Amino acid sequence: MNLYSYILRRLLYVIPVLLGVCFLIFIIFNVVAPDPAYLLLGRHATIEQIATLHRELGIDRPFWEQYLAVVKTAFTFDFGYSWSSKQQIWEMIKAGAGPSLSITVPLFVITNTIAISIALLVSFYRGKFIDKAVLLISIAMMSISSLAYILFGQYFFAYKLGLFEISGYEPGFPHFIPYVILPIILYVAISWGPDTRFYRSVILDEVYQDYVRTARAKGVGELSIMFKHVLKNAMIPILTYVIIQIPFLILGLLLAEAFFSIPGLGGITIKAINTSDFPVIKAMTILSAVGFIIFGVITDVLYTVVDPRMRLK
Amino acid sequence: MTTATETMNLTVPKKQKASKSLWQHAFSTIVKDKLACTALIVVAIYFFIALMTFLGIIANDWGATVGPSYAEPSADYIFGTDIFGRSVFLKMIKGAETAVAIGLVTSAISLVIGTTLGALAGYFGGLIDELVVWFYTTFSSIPFIMLLVAIAFIMGKGTSTVFISLGVTSWVGLCRIVRGEVMKHKDREYSQAASALGAGHLRKIFKHILPNISHVLIINFSLTFESAIKAEVILSYLGLGVQGRPSWGTMIDDSKLELARGVWWQLGAATLAMFIIVLAFNILGDALRDALDPKLKGK
Repeated sequence: MNLYSYILRRLLYVIPVLLGVCFLIFIIFNVVAPDPAYLLLGRHATIEQIATLHRELGIDRPFWEQYLAVVKTAFTFDFGYSWSSKQQIWEMIKAGAGPSLSITVPLFVITNTIAISIALLVSFYRGKFIDKAVLLISIAMMSISSLAYILFGQYFFAYKLGLFEISGYEPGFPHFIPYVILPIILYVAISWGPDTRFYRSVILDEVYQDYVRTARAKGVGELSIMFKHVLKNAMIPILTYVIIQIPFLILGLLLAEAFFSIPGLGGITIKAINTSDFPVIKAMTILSAVGFIIFGVITDVLYTVVDPRMRLK
Repeated sequence: MTTATETMNLTVPKKQKASKSLWQHAFSTIVKDKLACTALIVVAIYFFIALMTFLGIIANDWGATVGPSYAEPSADYIFGTDIFGRSVFLKMIKGAETAVAIGLVTSAISLVIGTTLGALAGYFGGLIDELVVWFYTTFSSIPFIMLLVAIAFIMGKGTSTVFISLGVTSWVGLCRIVRGEVMKHKDREYSQAASALGAGHLRKIFKHILPNISHVLIINFSLTFESAIKAEVILSYLGLGVQGRPSWGTMIDDSKLELARGVWWQLGAATLAMFIIVLAFNILGDALRDALDPKLKGK
């Protein structure tokens, strides 16, 4: 199979998955969800008011029409209006993307650089003390709740020691920096453990392959084996892992943004959950799913460019 | 004639020492590993504490006021008291019951869904396989945390919400692995032998193939268990957590308002309790994988 027909096939497979995701979202929000009339109109609503509201929200229409409406939003991103702020949701997303990215992009770069470097280092010294120590530390750091990191970090470093801003945000390039440093440090600490462990196991999978033994038998140096042979082959899983993180950069950090009052998408989502703002939660769910699907396709296509064997599967 | 047969019988070599089975090998590996042994003991202690509180033998009076509001940790109050003057230590102990319950129920739900779907897809292949693969691809396309939040949010507050929302969101990984393993095993000799003896599909799946891939289920169990305990904290923070009894998640969540007053002991106690069991499960999961994964055998 050549590359183009593979890409086409992969794109066609997106359709049933996207329809499935929309169906799941439709089941959760349109079928199982309680009637929003009580939520929006309060307990003293008249029957006419409820009927008008149902018509406005489109939930008096038959289920198949409601389902099609969900599918439509997955393509048009026309999510309608927020119930609590009455703003257009797409505008909220556009406004929130910047602050979210100002945290997640540096975080993404720093975490992955640190994790991959450390993973390479410890797999070079595999089985030695440093390897075991790093593994144990990363497991230990993974075992603490992310909420505990945020609570403790904000209390201790920002409130007690006053090293960082406790909360708040200012838009514009140099202005936002003091506000995002602490969340970034905390999330590097949170995600460093699982990332390092993953990269280490991926690299170790390659270290025991036959081609490494062959290279060693030829007299290739250990450093050159690590970078020229092992890292190149380990690139496939590493690439997948890195690329699939990209759509979530826009969505921001669910917990940290709320705690540090950063007006990003993570904070918007938390606020929507607290105020029972169905359309916003629905929009965020659709947005993240669509992002995940698109980047899934990109990874698969990159896979086949890197490793032509994949196309046969 | 008879003596000849007897001498022949005598020359038959003595019964050889049986080679170790997968489980024997795994057991001996884990017993040798001190860290894994400690982790196993820690997990056992937590389960024991949870059972004791469940039976009402210890920490039954966690709701009782034992001292002033927000008393600092001291000899009288090991981990201090909370806003209502309740002992944080007893709440932490009682929280173990909640955590173990969440871990067990979540793992059980994900085990049932994941194993059933995975086994059916792997065994029958064809259209069923396509359907199951489509289903879990769809499920995993919505990020875990968003799906969890959406389901929990729609179901409303309550303990059953925590169980169900965590259970139905954590079966995909297991399903994928079981499908792959069943595919590998369904044409093995023992499986063909079972068919030759007249075993039906279900008997083959449940009596023959699943016991042979049970190590996958056990490794996955420890993974689901600890991630459920961690996810409960996030649900608690969103106000969708366990109601009416203490959990580590609600304790951590409560402390967000207490920290500004310098009340750190609730956060500390819950984080510590959670840290120890999650760490133990992580170490145990790694040890089990090393011990049970045939690919790593002898490395």
